[in-house]
Amino acid sequence: MMERVLEGLVQLVLLLAVAPLLSGFIRTMKARLQMRRGPGVLQTYYELHKLLRKGMVIPDTASWLFSATPYILFVTTIAAGLMLPMVAAQAPLGIFGGALAVVYLLGLGRFFLALGGLDTGSSFGGLGSSREMTISALAEPAMMLAVFTVAIGANSTSLAEIARTAVAQEWRFLAPSQVLAFAALFVVLIAETGRIPVDNPATHLELTMIHEAMILEYSGPYLALIEWGASIKQLLLMVLLINCFWPFGLPAAWSATGALAGLAWLLFKLLLLACAVVLVETTNAKMRLFRVPELMAVAFTLGTLALVSTFLF
Amino acid sequence: MSPTLFNSALALWLAGAVAGLAGFRRPEWARLAGFGLALLGSLAAALAGWMGIAEGAAEWNLPSAVPLFSWTVRLDPLSSYFNLALGVVSAAVSLYSFGYLRGNRGNTGVLVFFYNILLLSLALVFSASNAFFFLLAWEAMALAAYCLVVFEHEKAQTRRAGVLFLIMSHAGTGLLLTAFLLLASAAGSLDFSTFRAALSSLPEWEQGAVFVMFFLGFGVKAGIIPLHVWLPEAHPVAPSNVSALMSGIVLKTGIYGIARVCFDFFEAPPVWAGMLVLTAGVVSALVGVLYALMENDLKRLLAYSSIENIGIILIGFGASLMFQALGHPSLAAIALAAGLCHTLNHAVFKSLLFLGAGSVLHSTHTRNMEEMGGLIRRMPVTALCFLVGSIAISGLPPLNGFISEWLTYQALLAGFGTTLSLTRVMFPAAGALLALTAALAAACFVKAFGITFLALPRSPKAAEAREASLSMRAGMAVLAAACVALGLGATWFVPVLDPITRQAFGVDVSQALITANGLVLSAGSTRGGTVSTAGMALAFLALAALPALLWLAWGRHGRRATGPTWDCGLPGLTADNEYTATAFSKALRMIFSALFKPRREIQAEYEVSPYYPTAIRFESEIEPAFEKHFYDPLKLWILAMANRARAVQAGSIQAYLAYIFVTLIGLLLFGVRG
Repeated sequence: MMERVLEGLVQLVLLLAVAPLLSGFIRTMKARLQMRRGPGVLQTYYELHKLLRKGMVIPDTASWLFSATPYILFVTTIAAGLMLPMVAAQAPLGIFGGALAVVYLLGLGRFFLALGGLDTGSSFGGLGSSREMTISALAEPAMMLAVFTVAIGANSTSLAEIARTAVAQEWRFLAPSQVLAFAALFVVLIAETGRIPVDNPATHLELTMIHEAMILEYSGPYLALIEWGASIKQLLLMVLLINCFWPFGLPAAWSATGALAGLAWLLFKLLLLACAVVLVETTNAKMRLFRVPELMAVAFTLGTLALVSTFLF
Repeated sequence: MSPTLFNSALALWLAGAVAGLAGFRRPEWARLAGFGLALLGSLAAALAGWMGIAEGAAEWNLPSAVPLFSWTVRLDPLSSYFNLALGVVSAAVSLYSFGYLRGNRGNTGVLVFFYNILLLSLALVFSASNAFFFLLAWEAMALAAYCLVVFEHEKAQTRRAGVLFLIMSHAGTGLLLTAFLLLASAAGSLDFSTFRAALSSLPEWEQGAVFVMFFLGFGVKAGIIPLHVWLPEAHPVAPSNVSALMSGIVLKTGIYGIARVCFDFFEAPPVWAGMLVLTAGVVSALVGVLYALMENDLKRLLAYSSIENIGIILIGFGASLMFQALGHPSLAAIALAAGLCHTLNHAVFKSLLFLGAGSVLHSTHTRNMEEMGGLIRRMPVTALCFLVGSIAISGLPPLNGFISEWLTYQALLAGFGTTLSLTRVMFPAAGALLALTAALAAACFVKAFGITFLALPRSPKAAEAREASLSMRAGMAVLAAACVALGLGATWFVPVLDPITRQAFGVDVSQALITANGLVLSAGSTRGGTVSTAGMALAFLALAALPALLWLAWGRHGRRATGPTWDCGLPGLTADNEYTATAFSKALRMIFSALFKPRREIQAEYEVSPYYPTAIRFESEIEPAFEKHFYDPLKLWILAMANRARAVQAGSIQAYLAYIFVTLIGLLLFGVRG
């Protein structure tokens, strides 16, 4: 029992600590690729530290929901993160839910974030909420198809089971169904984390904002919780992608050495995946909002093909 | 025990109806006595249902005034389950009605009478075990519902909706009647218990015809697309307590009928039957939620969302039928449990949402969301209850909607391995579309809750709204608590379904589903997916310490001030700056424009330059596809046929006598031949 708690705490610390680092790394890499010097890798930590110490201004039009949203978002995202195999195939809270629960917990956070955007009464908040709900709705079926593809392979929606199956069949990630599902999930990752070409995390231009528009009125510690939550969500989706398709080096159960090795592998693969995201971000321009459905349709088609090819090959 | 309780529920409702009649001239008296008796009857029915599921089948005759004819009531687990849903929902709705109808301008006595009759006939529909009796109760239910729908008959829209409801309902009943007659002539009896044997003796195509007729007939009542057109018209115009009952329970009579036919009358339905139900479910779910998203009328939005949820229930049923046909009884049990679970869950949260909408309507006198806003401050309890309902209906954890959707996904996912034919692609495809539906439903209820309750009031009516009265709040709170309890206590609730799946497939669903101290639901195999809503709730509580720690470490020094929202430099933020309901769904309206065919018209009047308009008129509408492309041509065709038929109605008595004579000869010949 104590071991379980310890594993949970370790994963909790990893989630909290690695997520800002990953965001910082992506920002630095992006700047380098654009021939800028950019902020340091640790910049996100500094920002969180700064925001947490600051005071905040609550809009006078907002209700209790506005204040509850950052907490709900933060807690649900971390709960989802604890259901994920990270440095070992056994997830600390894996028994409480698998792939479906993770997707729906993120949905719960998004539900409240969208309400928080509407609660401010400004048109920006509503605009962001509307776009966020629209895009996530379109991304959902593609994500589910990709999840179904791996779940059918493992005969289970338990993420630990999926990861173990993938470890057991080393070269399976080269199978057409896996490649296609990976591609679908990668597109979903871009959309869900609000990256170019779907959304631009660095913009505050009203025509193009999605995520930033929703959280425009948040400040101080609330903003810190939301930003931290968003970076944890990004980490979570990347880890999901890695451990479902390419869990090479992932130990089946927790042990001190195994977890360390697993962590080293995970960080290495996160680096690679982050580089891929950076490449996509720097080589693409942001899409018009009404071109995004086409991108999601591509992801959906990839997911469908992945599913169909599970029994063709 | 349950027969006694059930009989007393019937008696209490009958007494409630009598109280309504007696209180024709004393509305306050009728309200208190009528809803008091309805509440007691509902509690008795809920208890009868709860105990009846476990007790097994009981059959008895109600006192009959008609010679040679028996009113046979049979409470098997399936009937009891629907009685449980009826009792729970109607108890909360009756409680709510005390406050809702205080100071009502219409005739409360009449409402009370039909309300109690509706409850009575609903219980009989769920329990009748004889085709004639069933159809009688079915008709009584339809007529009582009609009278309640047109309660506010001074509005033309209400009367139109009532007529549409009546026509569609009777078209459905016609199909049911035909199907029952076919069955009865094969069985030589009107008893439900004889139908199973009779059906398997019929040739295959006749079995198919009976199935399709039952499915369409019950589908009208359930609101399956494209038979749904009456639903978004009739449900919103009824008084809100009745709307809650209509969407929560009356729709479920269609679901009950389909379940009765699929899992009782048919021993082994063909695979295509399951595919038909699954497809109808997916289409209803997706199209229903898309139309719901476009609505700005709060109650119409909820009505369309009912279509969506009926679709989700049918996905479970359809999958169950397919598994049964493919020879996987334990999977069939899981899928059936998913559908039945969603039946009760939807009954609970949809009636909660309609009651919430009723409270809003009661205090703002509008159903138009564009005139609402900011109600969370004026009506905090209503807002909280509506929020709980919105989270539950969006299928988000840890509330009850999540459980039924999770079970549905598990069933669909397991379905992929049941067969080698191409039909297996249907399961994950249905799962993906279910995911789309659920995500759209979340968007829909962000809109419904956000526009109605958050930010600034958009009209003086909303600014002066008052919180609902105590009994109304109590009614909503009961249902909100039920949403939470059914969500967190899923592992305690699922075994309740055991007798039903045992009766249908000989398999206990809880054996396939519950592991680890009864806290975790697991799907099928030992390695299958697991979920625990109670565990999630505990994790939330434990993790809540984290923000608290952060606050202790950093946040307590920061000041917390309130200030105005950024208004783009305009002089002060007003409700005009807010995003509207129309704007919220604009993106999806554009993306799905192939379905909606949106049309908008902007007229601006100006004096000097078009950039400084003095008045603007904006009109936007979407095309009602099913009405325009199916029902309108049908209506024209019927009218044209009627016109042609007028040729035989020459108006001369001789011709009519000749018709009678020819018919008589024809019937005689038919009789001699038979």
